[in-house]
Amino acid sequence: MCVAVPSLITALDGSDAVVDIGGISRKTSLMLTPEAKIGDYVLIHAGYAISIVDREEAEATLELFRELADGIEPEELIS
Amino acid sequence: MTDRILLAHGSGGSLSHDIVNEGILSVLGNPILNKLDDSAVFDAKGKIAFTTDSHVVQPLFFPGGDIGKLSVCGTVNDLSVMGATPLYLSLALIIEEGLPIADLKNVINSIKEAAEEAGVKIVTGDTKVVNRGNADKLFINTAGIGIIADGINISGHNARPGNKIILSGTIGDHGIAVLSKREGIGFETKLQSDSAPLNKMIAEMIQVSNKINCMRDPTRGGLSSTLNEIAGQSGVSIRIDEDKIPVRREVAAACEMLGLDPLYIANEGKVVVVVEAEDADKILEQMKKNKYGQNAAIIGEVTEKHAARVTLKTALGTSRIVDMLVGEPLPRIC
Amino acid sequence: MTELSSFRQSDMAKGLVESIKRHALKEARYMEFCGSHTVAVMRNGLRQLLPKTLTLTSGPGCPVCVTDNSELDKAIALAQVPDVIITSFGDMIRVPGSHSNLQEAKANGSDVRVVYSPLDALQIARTNPYKSVIFIAVGFETTAPTVAASILQAKQEGLNNYYILSLHKVCPPVIKALLDSGEVNLQGLICPGHVSAVIGAKAWDFIAKDYGIPCVVAGFEPLDILQCIDMLAQQTAKGEARVEIAYKRSVTHNGNITAQRILEQVFQPAAASWRGMGDVPGSGLKLRPEFSAYDAELKFDFDPGPTKIQKGCICGEVLRGVKIPTECKLFRKVCTPLNPIGPCMVSSEGSCAAYYHYGESNDR
Repeated sequence: MCVAVPSLITALDGSDAVVDIGGISRKTSLMLTPEAKIGDYVLIHAGYAISIVDREEAEATLELFRELADGIEPEELIS
Repeated sequence: MTDRILLAHGSGGSLSHDIVNEGILSVLGNPILNKLDDSAVFDAKGKIAFTTDSHVVQPLFFPGGDIGKLSVCGTVNDLSVMGATPLYLSLALIIEEGLPIADLKNVINSIKEAAEEAGVKIVTGDTKVVNRGNADKLFINTAGIGIIADGINISGHNARPGNKIILSGTIGDHGIAVLSKREGIGFETKLQSDSAPLNKMIAEMIQVSNKINCMRDPTRGGLSSTLNEIAGQSGVSIRIDEDKIPVRREVAAACEMLGLDPLYIANEGKVVVVVEAEDADKILEQMKKNKYGQNAAIIGEVTEKHAARVTLKTALGTSRIVDMLVGEPLPRIC
Repeated sequence: MTELSSFRQSDMAKGLVESIKRHALKEARYMEFCGSHTVAVMRNGLRQLLPKTLTLTSGPGCPVCVTDNSELDKAIALAQVPDVIITSFGDMIRVPGSHSNLQEAKANGSDVRVVYSPLDALQIARTNPYKSVIFIAVGFETTAPTVAASILQAKQEGLNNYYILSLHKVCPPVIKALLDSGEVNLQGLICPGHVSAVIGAKAWDFIAKDYGIPCVVAGFEPLDILQCIDMLAQQTAKGEARVEIAYKRSVTHNGNITAQRILEQVFQPAAASWRGMGDVPGSGLKLRPEFSAYDAELKFDFDPGPTKIQKGCICGEVLRGVKIPTECKLFRKVCTPLNPIGPCMVSSEGSCAAYYHYGESNDR
């Protein structure tokens, strides 16, 4: 359930914000994430930001994946 | 003078003549149309392709086009994908009472521009006005006639195992551009509809190769529905590669946000081409020289001749079935 | 951050798949509770990557699918009320109730509009002051705070023509009911990522503690799901049962406290009827008395009529993870996305629709 996409806050006016989602922009409410600020990535669900994306955690997870992928032959996934 | 279309504009009386003469003939006129007889009369030789399409779009004006441009390009493209050279179009307008005359003029101007670009003439037409509420602003029907040169046999029935599938560019641009302007969904994007007449590009392709087996423009229902139609008509299977399908970043993002799949989103200026493998690169190269084919790519191939199924190789290397579109794609939250 | 694509890179998937193969030596059945996970698994063909020891089974986590006929009948009856505009997420438009759906109600003259957000419904209410705008409020804990926020906004603006039909449901009680039924034998739970973003991973502690079932919260990109499965397999291998997060960029232990507070300010728990599960105590949300002015059920006089249940449809069993869609006699023959008999076929994230669309190539 629950389609939600990471989006970049580009403008703020009270709890109304404009977010950029891969080149499209849309008005969003920050009523549920009042601490979010310009430059933050937030998860948008049904027009509201429901959580602030932690970029350090995102990078750490990707780093973990890279380590796991290291040293594995680039063969086809399905054997 | 009123600035809106009145019922009287469709009465057949003098207001009707004003609309036809000032609004339409002065812009679209040509020797065949100007005669204003009950039928257009012209010479034609050879095999004739004949098609019709009705156009309804909400809103009438959207980024990258409007209903007028669509109504010309749609019919031109339907003729072109059969290998025909489009020549003549009819134009029938069903107008809702109250449509601003300025809107009508803008639409007629787009029709003129698109017809000029495609090199086709509007040779016959009709205008009706209906009561407010009996239509949604403006409906347009166009029919078109084109000539098919000797030796050309292009049809949805002709796909054969081993053939390559070429797509002329990015998918979903039109559907997402229109969706961005709908009440209740709106978002801002620089994305433009891809609405375009493809006849010149297709003529160039036919010039360099006689090994084009099918062509189809993936309009409503998107790429997936078009591929399923070809698979069904030809009784073959088709395999496409997710990584090879060109999708603009904005289209991908809007689809993420709205829970949609670009494979099912409408296009108005794209063509899917099924060709013999040995000519695939040559045709692709030719397409890329045309501005409407810059992002063309070979996206897959026709496989064994039985199941009439379309499968997709995902970016992860796994595979899944790609089905026809069911119902209108609606934005979803879950 | 190129977040949309980075969690899809196929070269990194290989590492995760190898890791899963190393850890998943024991047979185990994991349930993805959430419908978006079901779709992501099917769309990306993830089952094809898993070792034969692992089985994934789908759970009741699609708010559209679990919406009961009786609830849809209310929405359809409300659409007949004069001077009403029904606003709804696109998901609900084709879902069949006892006799009809919202799409048919629209064809019969009702004003039914698809919106992406409750914000859009509010806007329609502002621009149509002489109409009553009713938002069909479906969704789990992810969506309910957005609807709660829209009500607070309506109240602040003094907008008095905005109402909701609350069909909201909450997840933990229904998972508890599912486990208590003893019908499914699970060795792990793939917990819903965006529900958890709001309520926090701590909401699943009771499953690990009371039922001894490993729980891992997952995101929705293929790599997120593979990582989650790997973490579950590691717990299975070690015989552990803990709550972990494979979606740390968006989910914390405590969740979004503001969203929780707004949800609790506007809604209170209520019994709710789940399709296939029946009444589950405390699994629904209704408006608190101080917000009853926004309750469409209280405001309007409407008659949903008697509820009728489709015969032969096994959506209930599919939702409980007891059967898979292909075991249904109606599947693909009578019940198709064009003519859906049950909600699992109509919702694009319903299990039946996922099996129908992405079907055979995913068979193991």
